[in-house]
Amino acid sequence: MGELAAFIILALVTLIPAVVVVTSKNIVRSALSLIPTFLGVTGIYILLSAEFVAGIQVLIYAGAITVLILFVIMLTEGGTGVRVRQVNEQVPLGATAAVWLGFLILLVIFRTTWPVTGAGPPEYSAATIGTAFLTDYVVVFEVTSLVLLVSLIGATIIARRED
Amino acid sequence: MTVGLTHYLVLSTLLFCLGLFGVLTRRNVVAILMGIELMLNAANINLVAFNRYIAPGAVAGQTFALVIITLAACEAAVGLALVMAAYRTLETIHVDEIDVMKW
Repeated sequence: MGELAAFIILALVTLIPAVVVVTSKNIVRSALSLIPTFLGVTGIYILLSAEFVAGIQVLIYAGAITVLILFVIMLTEGGTGVRVRQVNEQVPLGATAAVWLGFLILLVIFRTTWPVTGAGPPEYSAATIGTAFLTDYVVVFEVTSLVLLVSLIGATIIARRED
Repeated sequence: MTVGLTHYLVLSTLLFCLGLFGVLTRRNVVAILMGIELMLNAANINLVAFNRYIAPGAVAGQTFALVIITLAACEAAVGLALVMAAYRTLETIHVDEIDVMKW
């Protein structure tokens, strides 16, 4: 019962700011509403006993990406005024598409019998994940590090002021 | 009634659809990137939930969730660099006004 209450509270903490993110006229308010959304998702990870992923989520999403977005909003002040129209003319179409996709996915979720195991959560630890990264998923790990390097160089070159 | 896999899947579906709505209807590139971040978060919830309920002995879902978080950070960095470049040359960050390649 306590788990269900925690889940409902965390889901509301995630979804209500997410609605503000996609509907607010003020872009800074949208960016700041991302923070409770990410923290709610962090709580969901803790509820799923994935503490390491939760820690990384706080560090990278709630910390780095939100600050990055706020910086870019600050540097591109021409498009961020409250009186500037923030939505395009396809709001009804977009809402219809999102609602229909959600309906279809929910239909699939409820009509599938998932092979859920009744076993309780094992003890996940950062050491287990690190061992998995360097044994079974070492190719994924290396390719990700390459992508990080390339995106670092690419972002620097693209954003550089050309004189 | 305990929390099952379905609860998490429904939550991530709702989050994904909100992100999709944001991507489809926003004019501001930064807001579109925020929608993409919401969608990536929904995918991560799915991965970790499947890890916990379908294969609790493995850590594959959490591993790939970490990879997706890393790639989301890369995507945000490159995307926001592109926004900066577009703002400097075209002086707008509204996607319906960035149409120099439209004939």
